[in-house]
Amino acid sequence: MVAKAVEAPNVGFDFSNYARNQFFGERLQGIPKATSTGTTIVGVIFGGGDSGEEPGVCLGADTRATGGPIVADKNCEKIHYLTPQIRCCGAGTAADTEFVTNLISSNLELHALSQGRPARVVTAMTMLKQYLFRYQGHVGAHLVLGGVDVTGPQLFTVHAHGSTDKLPYVTMGSGSLAAMAVFESSFKENMKRDEAIALVARAIRSGIFNDLGSGSNVDVAVITKNGTENLRNYEMPNERGTKSRNYKFRRGTTAWTKESIRSLIVSEEIKSTSGAGKDQGGVEVVAVPTGAGAGGEEGMEIDS
Amino acid sequence: MALYHNPPMAYAQEPTTAPIEHRFNPYSDNGGSILAIAGSDFSVIAGDTRQSEGYNIQTRYARKVWQLTDKAVLATNGFAADGNNFVKRVKQRLEWYEHAHHKPMGLKSIARMIQTMLYGKRFFPYYVYNILGGIEEDGTGAVYSFDPVGSYEREACRAAGAAQSLIQPFLDNQIYFKNQQPEPGAAPFIPGNLPLGTVLSLVVDSFTSATERHIEVGDGMEIYVVMKRGRTTDDLLGDNKLAPGMTIEELPSLGESVGGVESEGEGQGGERTFLVRQALKRD
Repeated sequence: MVAKAVEAPNVGFDFSNYARNQFFGERLQGIPKATSTGTTIVGVIFGGGDSGEEPGVCLGADTRATGGPIVADKNCEKIHYLTPQIRCCGAGTAADTEFVTNLISSNLELHALSQGRPARVVTAMTMLKQYLFRYQGHVGAHLVLGGVDVTGPQLFTVHAHGSTDKLPYVTMGSGSLAAMAVFESSFKENMKRDEAIALVARAIRSGIFNDLGSGSNVDVAVITKNGTENLRNYEMPNERGTKSRNYKFRRGTTAWTKESIRSLIVSEEIKSTSGAGKDQGGVEVVAVPTGAGAGGEEGMEIDS
Repeated sequence: MALYHNPPMAYAQEPTTAPIEHRFNPYSDNGGSILAIAGSDFSVIAGDTRQSEGYNIQTRYARKVWQLTDKAVLATNGFAADGNNFVKRVKQRLEWYEHAHHKPMGLKSIARMIQTMLYGKRFFPYYVYNILGGIEEDGTGAVYSFDPVGSYEREACRAAGAAQSLIQPFLDNQIYFKNQQPEPGAAPFIPGNLPLGTVLSLVVDSFTSATERHIEVGDGMEIYVVMKRGRTTDDLLGDNKLAPGMTIEELPSLGESVGGVESEGEGQGGERTFLVRQALKRD
């Protein structure tokens, strides 16, 4: 007798349409492309040493989301919440960064509840890399993970294939080279909080102006053991000026082929029945106004 | 119920159907956008100044719009190297023409020449979309648009390049009055008769809007305005005619280089060309 095949677990993605979609892709206009966040995201560790300030992590992100060369969202949020003391910046496929951070955020909350203490950043990092490795890079999330836990400030990058780095300053996304150029020239250990924010903002700006995949505003998050400060739209260096003309159309600009006006109030005669449509008698018949449905024009009484 | 028939990694093992070919590709796309609008006695030809490849900006100022003669301006878009070389060769041919005929080539003749030059490289094309704008022999503003292998047409307006799909529908609505009904009893809309001030505003708004939504458009904008001889310049040079931040200069007449006699003095003179510049967002 043939050994019974191991049953597929009832979790994860459904691949049953793979062959069908591949077939459509060859015949039609190709496989649909996901919105990608051509992105600049960065993080630095600051404080501690002789800075005299609380050690912490400062994360930054631009706010442009693209679909090919088109700007899909001019002010999206790329700094995702994981736990009160851990944030995660996402680059790559927008949906993947959104879902993977949501999932890990939920699991970290359950983990904290079952262990009775806040989850550590390494835990988040391990959960992320194990999940991403399982999908061999097909879950296109490229992340910068930062936070503060009992062991102090922690900063990681997590690549879509599951590899991770632990560094004092990191960049990811299409603007990572522009941003890293800033870090490599200006990073110092044990920076003050304000210095760190300024450096992160400068790195993001470098991505915004020199990388076409990045643009619009600078988002910053600062995490210390005292909590997280979310500096949404910390800088807005790309606000649109006023248009030179007013494009309000005259009423009646749009031509029409047919005009029909009807009242939306109709009254219907309702006959109460029971069983096989029998009139029970003694029940008052009341006309109830209802919305005009598909049959509004045919047959029904229309108030005018 | 099994979620899938084959293990999920089956797609990774699919054989490649064709051998992978490694071949040198001489073309690239340098982004940016151009547009031109014809008026009754002027023509406006504009382009942004960003040159990019992929996600990188090669330069924030690369010229895409070129003055050919006193009454012709050419905008090129697509592969910048081809565009620059094409303009160089068009200018060469215009110089030869002037030497041979003792007068500059007319606009419609330039258009026909560009067609033959483009089609001459039918099987190794200039990867360039051209828009030619200027003043016709009869004094009307004109716009000619070309595809990379020489198909061309005279039009009232045309957008090309990266943001063509964003700008052209806007122009169809505002210049050709598509999907717009005139007020009852009012005169019907006639395309190509808008005043210069309106046209300039539409050009500026086209580029600022394309900059908002297309990553390859931005940095700066150059607008060439060619005016019929003797036409008033008050609607361009008058006070408060240009938005703040815009600069304007008049380009010197290219004149008739052969013969030596400058027949035209200032004022009555010939066609006049102005260059208006404005900054665009740099992100």
